[in-house]
Amino acid sequence: MNFDPRYSGRNFTSVGTRPLRPDGVDKVTGRARYGADFNMAGQLVGRVLRSPHAHATIRRIDTSKAEKLAGVKAVITAADLPDLTDGDAAMYDILDNCMAREKALYDGHAVAAVAAVDARTARQALKLIEVDYEVLPHVTDVDEAMKHTAPLLNDAIFTEGLEEKPAKPSNVTKRTQFGHGDIHEGFGRADFVVERSFKTEQTHQGYIEPHACVANVSSDGTADLWVCTQGHFVYRQHCAQLLGMEASKLRVTSSEIGGGFGGKTHVWAEPVALALSRKAGRPVKLVMTRDEVFRASGPTSATSIDVRIGARKDGTITAAEATLRYSCGPYAGMWAEIGAMTAFACYRLENVRTVGYEVLVNRPKTAAYRAPSAPMAAFAVESAIDELAKEIGMDPVEFRIRNAAQEGTRSSYGPVYGPIGIGPTLEAAKNHPHMKAPLGKNQGRGMACGFWFNFGGQTCTDLNIGMDGSVSLAVGTVDVGGSRASLSLVAAEELGIAYEQVKAVVADTSSLGYNDMTDGSRGTFSSSMATISAARNAIKILRERAAQMWDIPIDDVVWEKGHAIAKGEKYGNLAALSLREIAAASGKTGGPIAGHSELVADGAGVSFATHICDIEVDPETGATRVLRYTVVQDAGKAVHPTYVEGQYQGGAAQGIGWALNEEYVYGKDGRLQNPGFLDYRIPVCSDLPMIDTQILEIPNPNHPYGVRGVGETSIVPPLAAIANAVSNAAGVRMTHIPMSPPRILAAIEAERGGRWSK
Amino acid sequence: MRYIRPLSMEDAVGQLASSPGTAAILAGGSDLLVRMKGGFIEPDLIVDIKAIDGLGEIRETAEGFIIGAAVSCALMGESAALKREWPGVVEAAKLIGSKQVQGRCTIVGNLCNASPAADSVPALVAAGAMALIAGPGGRRTAAVEAVPTGPGKTSLAKGEIIEAILLDRRAPRSGDAYLRFIPRTEMDIAVVSAGVNLTLDEQGVVKSARVALGAVAPTVLLVEEAAEALIGRKLDEAALERLAKVCSGACRPIDDKRGTVEFRRKVAGVLARRAATTAYARAGGK
Ligand SMILES: Cc1cc2nc3c(=O)[nH]c(=O)nc-3n(C[C@H](O)[C@H](O)[C@H](O)COP(=O)(O)OP(=O)(O)OC[C@H]3O[C@@H](n4cnc5c(N)ncnc54)[C@H](O)[C@@H]3O)c2cc1C
Repeated sequence: MNFDPRYSGRNFTSVGTRPLRPDGVDKVTGRARYGADFNMAGQLVGRVLRSPHAHATIRRIDTSKAEKLAGVKAVITAADLPDLTDGDAAMYDILDNCMAREKALYDGHAVAAVAAVDARTARQALKLIEVDYEVLPHVTDVDEAMKHTAPLLNDAIFTEGLEEKPAKPSNVTKRTQFGHGDIHEGFGRADFVVERSFKTEQTHQGYIEPHACVANVSSDGTADLWVCTQGHFVYRQHCAQLLGMEASKLRVTSSEIGGGFGGKTHVWAEPVALALSRKAGRPVKLVMTRDEVFRASGPTSATSIDVRIGARKDGTITAAEATLRYSCGPYAGMWAEIGAMTAFACYRLENVRTVGYEVLVNRPKTAAYRAPSAPMAAFAVESAIDELAKEIGMDPVEFRIRNAAQEGTRSSYGPVYGPIGIGPTLEAAKNHPHMKAPLGKNQGRGMACGFWFNFGGQTCTDLNIGMDGSVSLAVGTVDVGGSRASLSLVAAEELGIAYEQVKAVVADTSSLGYNDMTDGSRGTFSSSMATISAARNAIKILRERAAQMWDIPIDDVVWEKGHAIAKGEKYGNLAALSLREIAAASGKTGGPIAGHSELVADGAGVSFATHICDIEVDPETGATRVLRYTVVQDAGKAVHPTYVEGQYQGGAAQGIGWALNEEYVYGKDGRLQNPGFLDYRIPVCSDLPMIDTQILEIPNPNHPYGVRGVGETSIVPPLAAIANAVSNAAGVRMTHIPMSPPRILAAIEAERGGRWSK
Repeated sequence: MRYIRPLSMEDAVGQLASSPGTAAILAGGSDLLVRMKGGFIEPDLIVDIKAIDGLGEIRETAEGFIIGAAVSCALMGESAALKREWPGVVEAAKLIGSKQVQGRCTIVGNLCNASPAADSVPALVAAGAMALIAGPGGRRTAAVEAVPTGPGKTSLAKGEIIEAILLDRRAPRSGDAYLRFIPRTEMDIAVVSAGVNLTLDEQGVVKSARVALGAVAPTVLLVEEAAEALIGRKLDEAALERLAKVCSGACRPIDDKRGTVEFRRKVAGVLARRAATTAYARAGGK
């Protein structure tokens, strides 16, 4: 295929407009089908037994009593999910996380599961399963886990990435390092140096829809899985591998999704539901409770980060350094590595070094959360940048502009940037009316920048033209934020027809080739590229058919505004043929007309944002109120601006929750204290102001329309922007996220040197 | 599990008293159903009191208000007379949960759930509210603060049902107020709370006062020393300082997922002070 993905400046007709989304009416009327809305005749209820211990050896599991209970159709343990991972360590971790094998590694770790005729029987059966645990010492704090005295989660782990292989096992699975230049030399030239340590607590993606699936394994070895996921093709691969099936025999259909944000890129319940169905010989529906969602799925890393930045009096940064420790849950990850890569990505630095440590703790396995790892690194770095600007006596925006990365800058993590948006977002922020608005008593303003890589990846799309001239678009990237609307706009743009003539669906795994999942802000970027390519392939066929209808050579037929046009003087009398007319004749000109595309979408184009916010702090209680919030972000090209704005606002809202109140609270016993939305405090509507957005469009050279991913970057700056605002309002630097009222009040009191009134 | 919906108080009391297993009274259900769903309790008998004659009404008499045990908090918010005379009690009831929750929940349920953080309770205690209790041995009244005895525990005997909450008519030159601290703007449980009710003399000097604190001890605290800090004074800075100090000192809080000991102590004083200022203004003090 000779598809040219390069950007070609063009005028758009459909792209950039704001039509209603095709899935909107069904969603607001309750007709849309989410994970738990699938049902099958004869389906059983699956439920999972979870470890109440943070760390324990599983000596023995006795399921005999549960099996004897009337109405129980299957009970499974790790023995029913034998290890077929064949040395693939990452897959083994996924397997062990789905069903604990030798040890329970966190409060909530699955140890057994049942399928029964109803929920009550299933619940009773769980109580009848006897698990003999040997409780082990546990560690949940990232800094504690790094100490030599900490309980070891896995004594086969020796820190990778050190110069010498260590003699003793450790909870630190890996050390990574990025950067260039000579930081010692750089700090030597600095007039001002800021050095600080920061902590962030663990948060959950907080999607409203819990994980849910229905699994149906047939006795012939084929199976169906209906599931709420961000990537049904990836779920198919993982489930097939874990259950020893051929991928093509497992058909996975994705439901509508009530939020994922990275948390639905990982299998938890699905292999368990399939194993239960296989054993019971009946369909099994498994829906996690909110308690299970918090205890066993999600969360992001908790972190501990040290930052040091030096600058000259004129505001030039001479050196920057960060050490980042990220918790991974009980299995190896690359979370600190990503944090170390993103930490200084906004800046043009001569001398920079970041070091990341991946740390095992007795908490649930860390999963991606919207620009995973970047918000915490940005919090630490952007806080220090703000403080440094103050010490130098420079405006924080000017200081950042002076040091911002540009086209041609070698990034702190290696690559050299093409055209990028950090400078323009900073300039836009500087000129935004928000920056000049007056502040009242106890109010503070903060701003911060953020970076995210954006991903592309494998994509496969089908575009079919019906005989009535309507177009159905089948894509393989799950729609998490309006991408069906955006992709329909792209198809309409390319074909030159109306948006309303296109209907996009997310196809199941048996209907399309492999697609990577909707993560890394890749959904619209990569599927729009595939849609353009599929549409261009369809246009080629449309031209062929028109040529046939006219009986002229195809090279004399061009496609313009939804019509085939016979080129040149000699065909002067031929009226243009519309897509509809060509489609109507297709039965006689060679059959159905379709365009297909399979590609690896490269060159996703990095993304930058600058956020501004105003916060009021009650100095007597530490209570905060977000007064105003503005997001400025580069979209490359906003295909559907409303949904781009929605992504900007959503990321900011999640970041505000993370910054102010969301956190996993563990007791001394290693048990999660707040596995519910009452005490895991995501913001409610009345906590948020209207979040203002400004879309910048700096075309991505590697996409025909200039599109960049927009889904994730918006969660990167808020932690830092809010921390800077709170610090300015309260008059004390906040270094621990979330900045809950007790933490703010304690910081204010400590700063005053005052003691708590007794 | 058996569910019944008696039409008379006598029937309800009789069924409760004679039930052999565990029994639960159902008002709005916004605590009870949550606890049942969470698997914390599995009652054998559920007695729904919402169909009992008169329980869903607020009655105004010469002595005061009789708020039936099945009156939802939303309904309290719609009673102009109650709002005028006991704004602090109504604002506390209207802080519970959300609009949806308030459509179901009751202040009696809030009281009998016996959470130290219950929002309406400090306001009721400050108001000097009484509970009218029906039981196998007849009717009795008890001060609201005597009902909860610890987290999840009450002084009600088997078969006893609270029929109504009784509030006096508002005395001249008096006012009440309730404030709670939550990290969010709504849908949260009080980390600390304070209710203040006071009456002034003609010179604007505090004649009598009641100060109650929530979420800082196993039960709501009626802090007499705090009332003493106000009585005999106008609400000057020194009185407020003293009030805050006494309230902070009276707290016996714990560290938990919702807040620290230090935070609760400090903020109890801040809220008491702010609530007193509002109550004073409502009483016409200047
Ligand atoms: C989403 C949500 C948010 C909430 N937010 C808050 C909040 O902000 N502040 C707050 O304080 N609470 C809150 N709650 C808790 C709850 O709503 C309140 O405690 C409410 O007032 C309970 O009233 P109810 O009528 O629903 O009680 P029910 O659930 O019906 O009963 C509660 C308890 O009282 C007993 N009981 C009920 N009536 C009587 C009676 N007449 N005599 C004797 N015993 C009786 C019941 O047996 C049960 O033990 C919230 C609950 C939910 C679900």
